[in-house]
Order: sequence, then C-alpha cells, then structure tokens
Amino acid sequence: MSFYDTMREHDWNEVLQEIQGRTVAHVEKALGKAMPSDDDLMSLLSPAADSCLEEMAQKANRITEQRFGKVISLFAPLYLSNECTNQCVYCGFNASNAIGRKTLTPEEALEEGQKIHDLGFRHLLLVSGEAPALVPPQHFARTARLLRPLFSSIAVEIYPMATEEYSFLVDHGVDGLVIYQETYNRELYERVHPAGKKRDYLWRLETPERGGRAGFRRLGLGALLGLSDWRAEAFFLGLHARYLLKKYWMSHVTISFPRLRPAAGAYEPAKPVSDRELVQMVTALRILLPDVGLILSTRENPHFRDHLIPLGITSMSAGSRTEPGGYTHAHEAEAQFQIADERSPEEFAQVIRQKGYEPVWKDWDAVFMEGDVA
Amino acid sequence: MDKPLVIAGRTFQSRLLLGTGKFSSSQVMKEALDASGTDVVTVALRRVELQNPQDSILSYIDTKRWLLLPNTSGARDAEEAVRLARLARAAGCEPWVKLEVTPDPHYLLPDPVETLKAAEILLKDGFVVLPYIHADPVLAKRLEDLGTATVMPLGSPIGSNRGMKTRDSIEIIIERATVPVVVDAGLGAPSHAAEAMEMGADAVLVNTAIAVAGDPVLMAKAFKKGVEAGREAFVAGMRQPQKKAEPSSPLTGFLR
Repeated sequence: MSFYDTMREHDWNEVLQEIQGRTVAHVEKALGKAMPSDDDLMSLLSPAADSCLEEMAQKANRITEQRFGKVISLFAPLYLSNECTNQCVYCGFNASNAIGRKTLTPEEALEEGQKIHDLGFRHLLLVSGEAPALVPPQHFARTARLLRPLFSSIAVEIYPMATEEYSFLVDHGVDGLVIYQETYNRELYERVHPAGKKRDYLWRLETPERGGRAGFRRLGLGALLGLSDWRAEAFFLGLHARYLLKKYWMSHVTISFPRLRPAAGAYEPAKPVSDRELVQMVTALRILLPDVGLILSTRENPHFRDHLIPLGITSMSAGSRTEPGGYTHAHEAEAQFQIADERSPEEFAQVIRQKGYEPVWKDWDAVFMEGDVA
Repeated sequence: MDKPLVIAGRTFQSRLLLGTGKFSSSQVMKEALDASGTDVVTVALRRVELQNPQDSILSYIDTKRWLLLPNTSGARDAEEAVRLARLARAAGCEPWVKLEVTPDPHYLLPDPVETLKAAEILLKDGFVVLPYIHADPVLAKRLEDLGTATVMPLGSPIGSNRGMKTRDSIEIIIERATVPVVVDAGLGAPSHAAEAMEMGADAVLVNTAIAVAGDPVLMAKAFKKGVEAGREAFVAGMRQPQKKAEPSSPLTGFLR
C-alpha cells in the first residue's frame, strides 16, 4: 500500500470536471465545516470559490494564527550542486543545458554555511540536482555533519533515495526532507521528464513515504505550479498531505508553492497560475489542513510575498542564492532559477515585524538528532 | 486566608504560569508577562539559543524576577526530552523542566509511556519535573509516586482554546493529588481559567489565548483576574448547584 493506491481512486479528468462544476453553495458549505473533507477541498479549489476568496483568506488567517501564532519561520537554501542527469524541460539544471556545473566540496559548503549562519539563519535547506555518481549520499552526509554545529535544523531537497540511504542521512543529522512531485498528472509527468532516473513517476511519488520510514521529522511536498491545471494539482497535494499525516504521524508535513520562474532553457509555463489563483490554493489547503506548514520562497516577488504573510504561510526563505557557492562567490555558477525577491534576510525580517509578526530563526534543535542518552 | 502556591519547596505568589510562543514580538510578550503578574515563564528549548545572550526570547526574560521553566516541546520520545533538559541545565538554567513528550507534531498530545519513562530518568538526575499529561488520573498518580513536582493535565489540546473539555477527569486528579495540579493546555478564555481554579486546580498555564489575542497585554490582565476570581471562589467554598430553589427562609425553620 502506498499513496498511489489512494490516488488511483481518483481520475485526473473527473476531478477537474467535478471541481469545475462546483457552485457557491458548495463553497459556503465547505467553509462552514469545522473539519472539511476531501470533497470540500474540491469546492474550495473551484472557480466558484473565487467569489468567496476574502472569506477564505479570513478563515485561513484565523486558523494559522491559532495553530502557529503570529510568527513566520525563516530558512535559507544552500545549493550544493547543479550537476544533473535529468532533462526536466522546465529546469535550469537540465542536463542538456550548456551551463557551468559545480559541486561544492563539504569544506566549500561549510564556507557557504558560515555565511548563511552569519545572516541569522539557523534552519538550512541543502539543495542539489540529481547526479548520484558525482554527488552520492555520502557527500550529503559528510556535508551535513560539517554544517551541523552551525544550524539547528538541516533539511534536504535532493534526488529521491532509497529508505536506507535516507536513514543514513538522518543518522548524520538531517531532519527534514523536501521532495516535489512536480506534477501529479502521470502522463504529463512522463512528458516533462523525458530522460534520466526522474522519469520513474512511482519512484518519485513514493519518496516522501520512504522518507517517513527513514525517520525524517519533516516531510515537504509540492507541485511545480505552471505545468498543468493547478486546481487538480492542489487537490492531489491535499490528498497526499492527508495520507502522510495519517501514516507517518510523527512527522510534520509541509507544502511549498513553487511557481515556475524564467530559467535557462527558457521554458514557458504551459498553465500559468495567477496571483489570485495562488492565494486561492494557499488558503484552500490551509482550511483543509490546519496543522500543515505552508512555505513560500523567493521565487515570488516582494509585493506578493509581503501580502501572503497573514494568509496561511508559516515559513519563508529570504536572501536566497540558487547557484552553488552563491553566498560567498555570487554568479560564478548557473542558478536553478532567478529569484524575484532580492531583499536581504534582515530587510525581510523587518517587513515581517512591520506586518505584526515575529520572524523566527530557530524553531528546532540539533540536540533532537543526536545519539543515545548516556 | 489563602496560602500561596508552593512547587518543590518554592513559593509563588501568582497562580498563572505563562508560555512564550506565538507572540507577534518579544516586546509584546514581555509586556504580557508583566501584565499577567506571573512568576513562572516557560520557554521551548527548541526556540532559543541558550548560549546567545542576545537570544530573541531569553534576552527579554529577567530570571531574577521570573522562574524560567524550560520545556521539551518537540521531543517525541523520552530520550529526546532527557537530552533537551540536560542541555538546558548544562547551559546554566535551573534544574527545573516542564516535561513535554509529544510524538504527534500536529495535535501535540502527550505520550504517557514516554513521559513516565523520561520523568523517571530526569528525577534520578536531580531535576524538578513538571510533566504535561493527558487528564489521566492513574498516570497522574504514577508520576506523583515517582516524585514529580506537579502534574499538568490538559484541559483540551494545546492551542485549541476549547477550555475544560476534560473536566471530569481533572476533578478526579485534583481530588487525589498530593502535588500541585496545574491545568496546562487548551484554556481559551479567562472564564476557562476561572473554571479550572474554581474546581480546585492549584494553578493554570496559558499561552495561545494570550499570545494571539487582539490585545495580548489586556488579555493577560484578564487572565490574571480570571485566575484570581476562580481561586478566591474556591477558597471561599462554592456550593454545588442545586436542581431546586432552596429558600433562605425555609418553611420548617420553626422546628427546632
């Protein structure tokens, strides 16, 4: 049994048709419920819900403040490598793009980590393309071990691994796993991933479960917004999160909202998602999943990010560099995508404060991931 | 005359303990602590850098004025909770710990088995242990037998603002306890705090209801009053509600 079995109970096109058919009455019913169902999620994601967007935003705000408080957690990505054997048509690291490739040694990563630490961050996300021959699990483990004293939490957003490999990373102090499905639409998935290990839809879909079994404390999901119809993606994301919450009940689940940005290779999003639609998606998922962390990155512009702070988002990156070595030697390697919010972490923290929220740099402790009590 | 609250030999004037999470800023948090009149402030170890004098929470907490009570929020088993508590003590905190073992990060409900295990280790280690538990009267007695300084049953899940949903079980805990009973979670309104105190709870701990209120400082004052009102009513001796009216001049009053 895996999430795939749950997913198969729903046909992509039927889900879309169902969502399109919802009325304002359906939406109001969903908004009135204390515990919305998967079926209610369809209503909240429907075109009809657009007219209830303010009400959804108010509800999302209330739920989030109650559960998480008036705080926004901050984290920074550290790009370890832009080597990649995949050919994801939308990605700047695509193997067929002629870009400068670089993999940081653990010592170089430490230098980057020190810079990130000095900026104030205590939560780190290690990011890499998929090139296991060049950047094997041992490389991440060694790097995490070196970085551990600088950070209270280290998560990875890297290629899917086997459970034993993930356990190995957990043993080296990595506490979180982020893995985007990119798209839940299998047919499309195979089209936008024409080559490389990433072509294997099921291997990727079941990755968060392998992460849960390996003992990661945080499991992060996401769909790349712009590849296909966001309403259906959001529905399957919601199902996926709910499935993981039940099955890996000791792990915190998060959802990110990566909206496709211009990148090398110049992929134009086939189904662009508007600001208004993204707000609908964020608030709908918040209403369905009161306890899930919702994450927004610097892919989004300052204006949009600032306004999303009270709408259900709980965690944000700031001052990000998306090329390996970018914090200490900017622009020497190719970035995965252009960031749209170039404000420094401290500038952004100030904005959070102005909005009446507390920027939180540390909400975890390395001591959780250490060895046995003597 | 009421007696003050005594936990592990230490006397506290206020019966309202406060948490420090979820505030919109540390300044607001500090003002709320001031307004609440509290003596005990709990801080999640995961949120602070113990070695950092500029830490965004710790730098606002005057430990001469308030007992800083570290808590093990985030621990999912006994081992992690013990590690966190030892870390705090090694960093110079007093050896007091609010023991929280909450394997489910979403509802944050306490794990009775791991809590008992952790309490045993920490007590042997010389800690003053204040365990966060379900309103489970048997578990409360088991912890008390081990030597915990209090028991801290939940009124309802942390942050839920739902009030005294576990009232019947907390009544049993209070009736049987020989250590202070601190109702720890889910109190969403001063009236909930008053209810717990009227029942005979020795103290309450509040965080979310104050932190996310429109005006946290005013809400802290309101909780202070709720706790005091409830306590005074308890000390004054409340009558049980009756089904029928009881006339103040009874008809059989002439029969002496």
